[in-house]
Amino acid sequence: MRNRFADTFYELGKADPRLCVVVADISPAGSIAKFRNEFPRRFVNTGVSEQIMIGMTAGMAQRGLKPFAYTIATFTLYRPFEMVRDDLCYQNLPVTVVGIGGGVTYSTLGATHHAQEDVAIASAIPNLSVVAPCDPSEVEAATRWCAAQDQGPVYLRLGKAGEPDLSKAALDPWVFGKVRRLREGRDVCILSYGPIMKRAFALAERFEASGKSAAIVSVHTLKPLDREGLARILQTYAHVVVIEECAPNGSLAMRVKELAWDTDVTCRIDAFTLKDAFIHCYGSHDDILDAHGLGVSELTARLGLQ
Amino acid sequence: MDATIATLRRNSLDVAAARRRCLGYRRRILDISQQVGALHIAPAFSCTEITDILYNNLMRRETDGGYRDVFLMSKGHGCMIQYVILEEQGVLSRSDLDAYCKPNGRLGAHPDYETPGIAASTGSLGHGLGMATGQAYAEKLKNSDVLIYCVLSDGEFQEGSTWEAMMMAANLKLDNLIAFMDFNDFGGLERMSDGHPAFYPLVPKAESFGWEAVEVDGHDEAAMHEAVMARRGGRPMLLVCRTVKGKGISFMENVPIWHYRSPNKEEYIQGLKELASAPL
Ligand SMILES: Cc1ncc(C[n+]2csc(CCOP(=O)(O)OP(=O)(O)O)c2C)c(N)n1
Repeated sequence: MRNRFADTFYELGKADPRLCVVVADISPAGSIAKFRNEFPRRFVNTGVSEQIMIGMTAGMAQRGLKPFAYTIATFTLYRPFEMVRDDLCYQNLPVTVVGIGGGVTYSTLGATHHAQEDVAIASAIPNLSVVAPCDPSEVEAATRWCAAQDQGPVYLRLGKAGEPDLSKAALDPWVFGKVRRLREGRDVCILSYGPIMKRAFALAERFEASGKSAAIVSVHTLKPLDREGLARILQTYAHVVVIEECAPNGSLAMRVKELAWDTDVTCRIDAFTLKDAFIHCYGSHDDILDAHGLGVSELTARLGLQ
Repeated sequence: MDATIATLRRNSLDVAAARRRCLGYRRRILDISQQVGALHIAPAFSCTEITDILYNNLMRRETDGGYRDVFLMSKGHGCMIQYVILEEQGVLSRSDLDAYCKPNGRLGAHPDYETPGIAASTGSLGHGLGMATGQAYAEKLKNSDVLIYCVLSDGEFQEGSTWEAMMMAANLKLDNLIAFMDFNDFGGLERMSDGHPAFYPLVPKAESFGWEAVEVDGHDEAAMHEAVMARRGGRPMLLVCRTVKGKGISFMENVPIWHYRSPNKEEYIQGLKELASAPL
């Protein structure tokens, strides 16, 4: 994801001189390093100083530029939180705040590096759009949209590197603010976003194995939420499953259940989120998801599947 | 003489023993690097002597053998050196280190407050000095003579929060707070002196914030020892310790990729060779 973001940004940056990137002492992936060499003045490294990273992007946007702030998710969003809220969101400036390693991607680095509530927190701020692509090709589409838009600030939440392409067979194009069908199915619909999408695919296989046809939908835009598209899904399917890499409070799961209540639907909803807890253990990304109770076998059991 | 300074007087330092210990720690960290995909080696080698002198010389112990003074690793990503010293001291076990970053282990790439020997959860840079200020103030309120030692990276001095703590610790005249800056002139990305020249000078900055400050060689334990012993007191002290990121392994010294990368087999063997032939 990181590399596809960098490639796309480089290509767009060559064409649009307003695009800049401000990082806080993070080594820029692949093509961003190329961007830095070719356009050294449009690449700023503030050092280990995230508040000025966000503050500067606000000022640059106020004077007509299109800056992207870029570092590890916890340090783009949490560390300079009030700068994001007041400088970017209150003033509604078209700045893209890129968080790499969203969710618990940085598994061995511990809770200081786990952006386990990033989507919930970002979604709570007025004016901030929240986009969480599930694979490199969604990253590319989202990056293009971020660079072209000037409606306001965006939190663009990425994984790290090496994510598989999951949306190759998608039935819909990527459109900001619209849910996107990645796979067709009749009996169950699985909603997910971000790198944990790989587990949505694993669950779909388990459903198929027990004779149920499962659709998968990428809810890549968490804010504004596609309430219409989601309401249609809740009306169409007898069973909806949400799986996401976010703490429960303020999660997609919570909002889907709220929508179900608002629209009087009675389908079965199973929601699987991260725990509302700091996990004091380590290992791979998969190990941490398992520790949060999101192991595929555990979920299969909770869903009553074989 | 101020009571806190008087309690600093300690047995004089055995420099040769310290060198041997530090070689052993670097070797142990190289060994551990072969069991996980990535760990912050160069950041740990940068503050090996700083961490050693604190644990093995400056920090006082209680009669039961536990430490009386506090060690707070603000540059959390350097914790590997702290782990291997805590292992040697018997605070952590060999099996703790064997399970480093593994699903059933309790040691991750950053220190976690629940773990024995760990004074605070760090890893996000620029939090340590604030917590150390609070700890030092608490000891004052308790009328204790406990000293709070805090190890920070130079990168952390780019965070505004560190300077808020600098100001507050000086306001509170916390003479029981001694901070060591691991000044290797590197962040994760580039040399500070190239990218951020206004970062300098350091000692006058700290002094103008009301601290006693002195620059020393951060790989020379005798120099650090002397600097702490010569402390005037009455306010917090900062040692700006000149260091080399990756110190001890030629191909790691001042090479940014070693911030977060484990050596492969060949590099590992080469590293061990260099340590074996290092002068004592
Ligand atoms: C608030 C925060 N921002 C960014 C990072 C990511 N990060 C980890 S280490 C590092 C920089 C390393 O340089 P320095 O802090 O000087 O430490 P050292 O050179 O001693 O390794 C960065 C930016 C972080 N851990 N915390």
